[in-house]
Amino acid sequence: MSVPAIILTYLAAAAGTLLLGLAAKWFDRKVTARVQYRKGPPWYQPVADVLKLLHKETLVPSTGRGAGFLIAPAIALGATALAAAMLWAPLFAHEGSFLGDLIVVIYLLVIPPLATILGASASGSPHAAVGASREMKLILAYELPFVLALLVGVIHSGWTLQLGKMAADQQGQAGATLYSISGVLAMIVAILAVQAKLGQVPFDLAEAECEIMSGVFVEYSGPPLALIYISRAMLLATLPLLLILVFWGGLKLTLTGVPAFLGKYLLLLTLVTLIRNTNPRLRIDQAVRFFWLGLTPLAVLAAVLALVGRYKGLSWL
Amino acid sequence: MAVKHWALKKSLWVYHVNTGACNNCDIEVLDLLTPRFDIERFGMILVGSPRHADVLAVTGTCTRQAMPRLQELYRQAAKPVVVLAIGSCAGAQGIFTEAYHMGSPVDETIRAVDPNAIIAYVPGCPPKPEAMIAAVVKAWDVIDTL
Ligand code: SF4
Repeated sequence: MSVPAIILTYLAAAAGTLLLGLAAKWFDRKVTARVQYRKGPPWYQPVADVLKLLHKETLVPSTGRGAGFLIAPAIALGATALAAAMLWAPLFAHEGSFLGDLIVVIYLLVIPPLATILGASASGSPHAAVGASREMKLILAYELPFVLALLVGVIHSGWTLQLGKMAADQQGQAGATLYSISGVLAMIVAILAVQAKLGQVPFDLAEAECEIMSGVFVEYSGPPLALIYISRAMLLATLPLLLILVFWGGLKLTLTGVPAFLGKYLLLLTLVTLIRNTNPRLRIDQAVRFFWLGLTPLAVLAAVLALVGRYKGLSWL
Repeated sequence: MAVKHWALKKSLWVYHVNTGACNNCDIEVLDLLTPRFDIERFGMILVGSPRHADVLAVTGTCTRQAMPRLQELYRQAAKPVVVLAIGSCAGAQGIFTEAYHMGSPVDETIRAVDPNAIIAYVPGCPPKPEAMIAAVVKAWDVIDTL
């Protein structure tokens, strides 16, 4: 592909993810409402939210640092859009990925929380500062088990770090990584880490509306808040894609493959929403302990099982 | 009707301010979130920060202690913002008008900061949730003229 073609594809993928993200956001709110026996918002709700925020006033707190405060949401949005584009490419064409794109995606997915910390610290609000410190601890907590869980997928597909190849491998003889003991364990760990990456309950302690007034975002208003809203919606749409690519066989462009992909996608989205709706918020020390002492050993176990399975030829392990 | 007005009307985020209410109005405000009324149908949600707010749901008599804080909250909210004065207390200080600890009524307090503020009154002690929804619908007409 030529460079303009690649740029165009990436832009189209980012725009598509934006629409998908807004739809996912609506789905999330609607399911939440149904769980609580409410009717929930109409389908255009996220669109109205974003349009409204874009037309409101931008306020910069007098104690804050304007540049860092305003640029942070843009950084988060850029990183999320790029990660989304890099996940769509291998879904549609296995050659659409390059060696090591899994690692690049992992790096890109760390940028939105880092940008959040940057913006929160620049806002000069004590609530945001508390939120930022919690967000920082949370990153330290979930990143290790998340990477270990992805490692299981890497081991299953024969040590390849190329997302396209991983998906192709799972669609071949080997079968999806999820259909093995280590795959299931890794998926559980990955879903919980995704929950934390999305900042959803039970790991929403960085925003914690009722104790620190939406913490890291407390000072944002208007267009910057719209950018945050969009990038979080896009992240919600993107992370299930990563899980499907690494653990669940990617997308097969056949008559049965596409509905199967959609089903998996909706299932993961529903799962994330249900976890959010059925759990209370954890304290930061509980969250860190949960990830380090609970999920990390589980992920290590999964990786060991995957290694044994690979070298003893037991594909079910 | 411009996109701007449509979007604002369909997505009013509410920040709840208590300026010395007896807590009864606040309970009625929370009723709006329950399955019976579910204002998320109209895109309204409760937010934790005045910076995110489009509606300040003010309850209470606006005591002297609360007065400067209410003004500060109004200044912190991103405009355009609608003020809902909920309850007889917030409307005209109700039975507490003569009390020693009163500041000025909610509307005067806000108008001291911004003479053109959009203020909707919801009378009642406490007002019914339906009345609050009706007040929001009235505020929509004003939003259209912005
Ligand atoms: S209007 Fe009535 S219910 Fe509401 S705060 Fe005042 S006294 Fe309480």
